[in-house]
Amino acid sequence: MAIITPGFSGRPRSGAPDLPPGQYLTPDFPVLSAGPTPKVSRDTWEFVITSETGTEYRWSWDEMMGLPQETPTVDIHCVTRWSKLGTNWQGVSLDTLLDGVDTAADYALAHSYGGYTTNLPLDDLRDGQAWLVHTYDGAELPAEHGGPARLLVPHLYFWKSAKWVRGIHLGIEDTPGFWETAGYHDYGDPWREQRYQGD
Amino acid sequence: MTALPYVDGNMLDGPLGEVFAVDLSTAIGRCAHCGTTGPVAGLRVYSHAPGLVARCPTCAEVMLRLVRAPDRAWLDLGGTTYLELPMPPSVGG
Repeated sequence: MAIITPGFSGRPRSGAPDLPPGQYLTPDFPVLSAGPTPKVSRDTWEFVITSETGTEYRWSWDEMMGLPQETPTVDIHCVTRWSKLGTNWQGVSLDTLLDGVDTAADYALAHSYGGYTTNLPLDDLRDGQAWLVHTYDGAELPAEHGGPARLLVPHLYFWKSAKWVRGIHLGIEDTPGFWETAGYHDYGDPWREQRYQGD
Repeated sequence: MTALPYVDGNMLDGPLGEVFAVDLSTAIGRCAHCGTTGPVAGLRVYSHAPGLVARCPTCAEVMLRLVRAPDRAWLDLGGTTYLELPMPPSVGG
């Protein structure tokens, strides 16, 4: 079980936890979306990792739920400047899903039901940094927050944590995703305030 | 399930007015995906997002995206085949 609370590890200032530059704290969980909320049934849901050679590694909902589960508690930072601390999730580590995937790829492109995409280095999905989550605060992840399942990559801006995620394409080349092709930063480290291209 | 609200394309007047010298409030756009032609004001704009995402009212594909940074803006019209703009009558011709 992984429990990380990076936001609490910094030096406290005036009794408040450190936030990445330019962020404010919110107790709410704002809903952001670039389109309609897709209706995805758990009966037909699938998650597919596709290697750079085209090999597919596929999980049904039941198969995914049968994998070892983790309960990360993490801080999340949205590029629209809100941060939320100590959020509780349950899901499967990407380390578990990538275990056994034969790949020499350096890059990942997550793709979602509804057409959303986002890219990130494959290394950022490994070593306990990323999860496929289906539960938030002890309840099924609501559709407006990405349910049935979304990515959780809390060390990057939250647009990288693709809602309604359906799979990941692994590649030798970096392929910019939805927001990365519209001005947003290719990597998106909140602690370096990498919001836009060139930041 | 809660449907995320979208607003109509009239909300684009201000943000696009920063980029274009012409008034787009009465412009006509053609969707590059399904070919639907209609007023920009009729697009479905998702504004609770890191940028503005305007979708075709017929097929829901993205026709326009506008991202505004403090000192820059990115406009993507890749999902729009054309914009038809009302113009003052030309002289001659």
